[in-house]
Amino acid sequence: MKELSLNILDVAQNSISAGATRLDLTLTEGESGWLTVVIADNGRGMSPEFLAKVTDPFTTTRTTRKVGMGLALYLLAAEQTGGTLRMESTPGQGTTVTATFDRKHLDCPPLGDLAGTVALLIQGSPELEVHYRHTTPRGEAELSTEELKAVLGDDISLAEPEIFTWIQTYLSEQEAQLEGAVQER
Amino acid sequence: MKSLEELRAIREKMKRQMDLRGPNEDHIRVVVGMATCGIAAGARPVMAAFLDEVEKRGLKNVTVSQTGCIGVCRLEPIVEVFVPGEEKVTYVKMKPDMVPAIVEQHLVNHNVVTDYTIGAAE
Repeated sequence: MKELSLNILDVAQNSISAGATRLDLTLTEGESGWLTVVIADNGRGMSPEFLAKVTDPFTTTRTTRKVGMGLALYLLAAEQTGGTLRMESTPGQGTTVTATFDRKHLDCPPLGDLAGTVALLIQGSPELEVHYRHTTPRGEAELSTEELKAVLGDDISLAEPEIFTWIQTYLSEQEAQLEGAVQER
Repeated sequence: MKSLEELRAIREKMKRQMDLRGPNEDHIRVVVGMATCGIAAGARPVMAAFLDEVEKRGLKNVTVSQTGCIGVCRLEPIVEVFVPGEEKVTYVKMKPDMVPAIVEQHLVNHNVVTDYTIGAAE
């Protein structure tokens, strides 16, 4: 994975596979350069036994093969910056994956295209309630599907290509402002 | 800057188009593999390129969707195209710049882009 936003897309896909109807994606960057990424869902959750081995690359829910790299790669990405990965899960209630990254660390991958990640998550699961918030000392980017559905009504799906393009551009503009502010420092 | 006001305008435009749309018998499906293998190999920009191209051309009979691991991780990003009445076509090692040709030649004109298929790669 070349960008953290790709890890986030991958881990969030697990929430969708777990039958979640709500996904909260929250990124918080502090003045110190530390970034906390929280991916929280209300999916079917994991048993304590499965949770204990879920970052093992040879653990997966798939029945067609025996490897599952997503969380293993995410753990690696966090730990190689000196950060951590913590998971809380309750069967029937959902899972919260919290990772921390030192963005000043040489081995921290770039955040990458967060707008593309969020837009594709929404496009791929138009019924899912997504709440995205990226807070930095320079400002904030935010989007919720509730807000979009209030404008679009029930008859226009969030999976439509026109809506995807709008979401992607809308968020890219917000994200670019956060990055622009970094370069000015 | 984009605003929710603009989204409202898109909604009105789409609703007018929906009223014009008749029953759709030639519905084409484009499915992009978006598991860890696909994402790591570059499926996200490929998916975005398909959505952009379909929107640009206003193709109302095409659905672009995501799936998990298609099964040949070393050939990711993989895209499957389902045209009713025709055999499924699997495109492999996809890059965003390959997308316009597939949309134009395959989705619009029903000519498979054989250079990009799994048959050509194997």
